[in-house]
Amino acid sequence: MKLERKHRDYWRRNLRLTAVLLTVWFLVSFVVSYFARDLAAFSFLGLPLGFYMGAQGAPVIYLLIIWWYARQMNQLDREYGVDDGESDD
Amino acid sequence: MADYKVPLRRYYASYTAGFFAFVVLLAVLERYGMPPRWIGYSFLLLTIFLYATIGVLARTTSVAEYYVAGRRVPAVYNGMATGADWMSSASFMGLAGTLYLSGYQGLAYVMGWTGGYVLVALLLAPYLRRFGQYTIPDFLAARYGGNLARLVGVFATVLASFVYVVAQIYGVGLITSRFVGLQFEIGVFVGLAGILVCSFLGGMRAVTWTQVAQYAILIVAYLVPVTILSYQVTGVPIPQLTYGQVLQQVQALEETIFEDSAEREARRLFRERADAYYERILTLPESLDEARRSLTMRIDELKSDNAQMREVVALERQRRELPKTSEDARNYWESQMRKAAQRGAAPEHHTTPYPGNGEAVNETARVNFLTLVFCLMIGTAALPHVLTRYYTTPSVRETRRSVFWSLLFILALYLTAPAYAAFVKFEIYSSLVGSSLAQLPLWVSSWGKIGMVSIEDINGDGLVQLAELALNPDVILLATPEIAGLPYVISGLVAAGALAAALSTADGLLLTIASALSHDLYYKIFRPKATTQWRLVVSKSLLLVVAVLAASVASQKPATILFMVAWAFSLAGSAFFPALILGVFWKRATHAGAVSGMLVGLLLTIYYMVRVHFDSIPWLGIQGIGMEPWLGIQSTSAGVWGIAAGFLTIIVVSLLGKPPIQETQDFIESVRYPEFDRW
Repeated sequence: MKLERKHRDYWRRNLRLTAVLLTVWFLVSFVVSYFARDLAAFSFLGLPLGFYMGAQGAPVIYLLIIWWYARQMNQLDREYGVDDGESDD
Repeated sequence: MADYKVPLRRYYASYTAGFFAFVVLLAVLERYGMPPRWIGYSFLLLTIFLYATIGVLARTTSVAEYYVAGRRVPAVYNGMATGADWMSSASFMGLAGTLYLSGYQGLAYVMGWTGGYVLVALLLAPYLRRFGQYTIPDFLAARYGGNLARLVGVFATVLASFVYVVAQIYGVGLITSRFVGLQFEIGVFVGLAGILVCSFLGGMRAVTWTQVAQYAILIVAYLVPVTILSYQVTGVPIPQLTYGQVLQQVQALEETIFEDSAEREARRLFRERADAYYERILTLPESLDEARRSLTMRIDELKSDNAQMREVVALERQRRELPKTSEDARNYWESQMRKAAQRGAAPEHHTTPYPGNGEAVNETARVNFLTLVFCLMIGTAALPHVLTRYYTTPSVRETRRSVFWSLLFILALYLTAPAYAAFVKFEIYSSLVGSSLAQLPLWVSSWGKIGMVSIEDINGDGLVQLAELALNPDVILLATPEIAGLPYVISGLVAAGALAAALSTADGLLLTIASALSHDLYYKIFRPKATTQWRLVVSKSLLLVVAVLAASVASQKPATILFMVAWAFSLAGSAFFPALILGVFWKRATHAGAVSGMLVGLLLTIYYMVRVHFDSIPWLGIQGIGMEPWLGIQSTSAGVWGIAAGFLTIIVVSLLGKPPIQETQDFIESVRYPEFDRW
């Protein structure tokens, strides 16, 4: 199988998007939680920020990450003319 | 596509409306004096009948339908089915309780069980869907070539899924025995019937459509009680937004309760009791004889005093129930000592992260929190029954969307669980603590009867102290309808929801085990020439065998069941995650690397779990194997070591060998670049 440049481009853009989103995921999950004690000084919706991030902030950001990935990748597929055997609805 | 979705929407809309009508009807009947037991029966029978109907309607004899629902499940419905598949009785009943008991520390489950979907969406689901076969071992075999990778995959699938399915069936037994009053063992087998009617005839196709129906029931059941409670307490029926305020009030109550002098006294007494047990353990075996002697003396005294017969009988029972050997006595007293010590320990504030006195304690709590989050996330992204769900969508694009819908439907429950903990804690701190033992709220006495709530007046002041209250975590969710003063029909609804959560997860897991055994082990390894009909016969028979096996294990009420669920995540994570990820993203990963990495990861995880959690395994005759945890990490996060070792082993072994053959390289490209393999 011979790889065309187009495919390398496609894969590189996929990897870049994945890397950026995984970085966000890592920051929200581990870095923010690591400093949860220090974040207790701030509060949001009546909750200490550290608690809020664990209970609602992080899960909602996860949802947004997945939504953005699906949107961008599906657009990328269209841009590169990938036929996935599906008509868009 | 589009015309396939419209009737679906209509079916499920009328189904949900019908279910609501049924709940309203029961509520009216309750008004007219229908006894609670009948309400319980109605919910049990109606919901199982519903699932059975869907199961029968979706029966199939096609292999693709049986294993992957014909790959035409639209993204939204697959999301719902994944939600039900994913949320087990641990999420439904256990999560709220864990959050109540451990406050911030419990959020590790909320983050871990949602954050794992980021990994599923970005690193696994689209590639697995593009590969488009039936099982996870299928992928391993195709990527790494050779049956050894498949075999290890089958082993890990069965191991991780089986402990998980036992826990689900156990949950079913608990719910049916508690709400319908069936005997636990009978409840287990009723649940088994409920599971089999869904998956036996229609495989994945039937499981998918029942799971969609089960999702609707479980989410309504989860949201209704706490929404009403939120409205009663704060005037706003959106618990997710209002529990912050309630927690502030809890915080204020904590300040006064924790420092209360009666509380301190009660805690001191519990600590003394723990010390007394410690003393007894140190002086074994004399202390056991001593305990027996002193009981005998008191019995003789009472008898000679012509005391009440009842007291004598009670003391005689105590003497009979004394541990027989000093080994039993040690185990029993150690658990009693731990319980007393826990109740005597200074309580922690609900919202404080990594609580405890001293830097070292905080640091250990932090490390355990972060590693648990990590293991739960990786495990989520590696549990085969979740991953196979993404084989069932019509296209890669639908798969990407489907992960989004999955997490959205899951969040509906996970964002609500902390609210349950907050509202119930508020209720307990504000009205139960400090009240008189003679006038306990109704819910305390009714759940106390079956041992879910217990209050021991250790300081004898006739009032409830927080330290004197012991709760089974499941009660937080189950008792909320009664705390809010709702009619019994809502309790029945919650039970139906819990049942739906347990059944749907059990369905998915059983099917995954049966597929791994029948498709991967039997068809791909032993009998590649088997006809499709015969394959389905084998698969269905195995389903039956595994189900009965799981039910018989569950009916033994294994004690370590909760730990086993947490272990399933570490096991699945360390076995599958490195091999799957490197399989897609690193072309250089080889067959030898993958097989050794999976085995090393899995074995290291098992080794760590066993040695940290057990000191002896009596039925194997092994003793004194306990060890100090590394960096203070508990056995539930054992996967940290296994996952790291798995990655390392795959990389090192792969680099030592030759690069994979061209065929494998082509395969990786076909998974990465969509247009290449679509002729």
